[in-house]
Amino acid sequence: MAVTRILEGLGRLYIFLLLGFLYLPIIIMAAMSFNASPFYQLPFEWTTDWYQSLWQNDQLIAATWNSIEIAVITTIISTVLGSMASLALYRYEFRGKKVLQALLFPPIAIPWLITGTAMLIFFFGVGIGRGLFAILLGHVALALPYVIVVVSARLQTFAPELEEAARSLGANQWQVTIRVTLPWIMPGVIAGGLFAFAVSFDQFVVSYFLSTPGQTTLPVEIYAAIRKGFTPEINAVSTIIIVVSMALMLLTARFFKFGGEK
Amino acid sequence: MAGVQVANVSRSFGAHKALDDVSIDFADGGFYALLGPSGSGKTTLLRQIAGFDFPDSGRIAIGGESVERVPVEKRRIGMVFQNYALFPNMSVADNVAFGLSVRGEAKATIATEVQRALDLVQLGKLGGRKPHQLSGGQRQRVALARAIVTKPRVLLLDEPLGALDKALRVDMQIELKRIQREIGITTIFVTHDQEEALTMSDRIGILRDGRLVQEGPPEEIYDLPQSEFAATFLGDANIFRGDATGNGIKLPDGTTIAAASGPALSAGVKASCAVRPERIQISTGTAKADAGNANSLKGRVSKRIFAGNNSTYFVDRDGQTLKVIVQNTGAERLAEGEPVVLSWSPDSTVLIAAS
Repeated sequence: MAVTRILEGLGRLYIFLLLGFLYLPIIIMAAMSFNASPFYQLPFEWTTDWYQSLWQNDQLIAATWNSIEIAVITTIISTVLGSMASLALYRYEFRGKKVLQALLFPPIAIPWLITGTAMLIFFFGVGIGRGLFAILLGHVALALPYVIVVVSARLQTFAPELEEAARSLGANQWQVTIRVTLPWIMPGVIAGGLFAFAVSFDQFVVSYFLSTPGQTTLPVEIYAAIRKGFTPEINAVSTIIIVVSMALMLLTARFFKFGGEK
Repeated sequence: MAGVQVANVSRSFGAHKALDDVSIDFADGGFYALLGPSGSGKTTLLRQIAGFDFPDSGRIAIGGESVERVPVEKRRIGMVFQNYALFPNMSVADNVAFGLSVRGEAKATIATEVQRALDLVQLGKLGGRKPHQLSGGQRQRVALARAIVTKPRVLLLDEPLGALDKALRVDMQIELKRIQREIGITTIFVTHDQEEALTMSDRIGILRDGRLVQEGPPEEIYDLPQSEFAATFLGDANIFRGDATGNGIKLPDGTTIAAASGPALSAGVKASCAVRPERIQISTGTAKADAGNANSLKGRVSKRIFAGNNSTYFVDRDGQTLKVIVQNTGAERLAEGEPVVLSWSPDSTVLIAAS
């Protein structure tokens, strides 16, 4: 009995430490965004000055909007294209399909630094150059494989007789897809979309290569700001982003059960 | 509604001939069973008729119209799948409504037709349920209602009762037959269950290795099998092999067996005789054989299985084990190891050409 007690206690301690390890830095950062001292000095003095000065920091605000815009567009494009690609890979047999499927994985494994360099060279070569459009193209390319992998995994659990049953009832390919297949793979599509959003919104390396001083994203802007000299405004913007993205995650998890119900 | 003609249909997958020159005529309003072991091509044939796959050669017609290159969604067929294939995201009513809805029927029409179909399968009150809230038998009924609500020209069933337990299966057999009669639809039914094929269908087609072995009413196939395979696959049969004599066969040990039916074979060619276990009379070695039973053999009981209303005797005879089924009439039962005489009439014997 005593041994089980101790083991149970150790287990709790482990979970506590793990959560602490994950969340402590974030909590400290959030707390410091409300602390008057710009140098993390205690005692804690409550202030919302940093949030007010953040509001005046046009560069940071512009970069935040750029990031959100690019992440949303990336999510839409890569989710639609990726889901369509997954369906095609699931339904049809064509030449080179195996090769194509195998080629989907390396982009996930190749270091972003290398992908970023390659994209920079390529975009210069073809005349796209740098800027927000180049960043968007880069993010879509990075996010697509994630969407395809996640949606394809969901499709593996789909019973092909359902499509056959729909066809036997007179449904054309479009009706089959919209009314039978899509509802089934929806949890996968949503999860793929979240991945795509995260890949784009968190993206630093590729964005750093492809941004120009006026056209940049939040992670790149934060990096530049830190290099100039750290200000708690960064804490403030980060805290806002964390709160918003956690709320989004909880909402999605609430409405779409991941892994998918039957 | 319409009949279905399958003429010289062949289909290969790589080197494997799934269907080899199959021709069957399914008359309008009939109930047909396609019977065969797994890999015999019965499901492939059903999928050809449905339009999920096209034949390499041959012709398929529904209601006189050639359809062998028409895709399934344009064939106006109804199909029930082995695992029901109900749409999990839709209610029972929406499942049944699907076929009408994709055709763009008016909402009011759809509601009436769906209710009528659900009433027909006796699920009138369960329209609001989701498929996962139904029992196996109920799902089966929903699948059937969904398949017939569009008034298809032909109803195709792919082992529809295979997933149900025995008692439910018998109920559903009766139910399926009732519904089929009520709407008078041509029905083609794939099964590997010979009993199901015998009890339900007007005609049976037996398939083996992609070929149609025999086709006809259940009584005809059971009483007059044309091959050893047909004789043993549909019901039980004792098979004797020997040389044709003109009115039967001669076994290697010289015993002759007379057969009243079967093809005319010239004397001396290899041939077989088939006898159903319930047609053979069994008596103790000392009793006199029945006068009408021209065929008789001696043997020894190796095993008896008592099943209440009847008993099955396994009788060893010259290296062969014969099966005899005797009704429980209260007559004396024979013990294992006892020498016996088996006798039966030539009328119960079918001559079969060697394949």
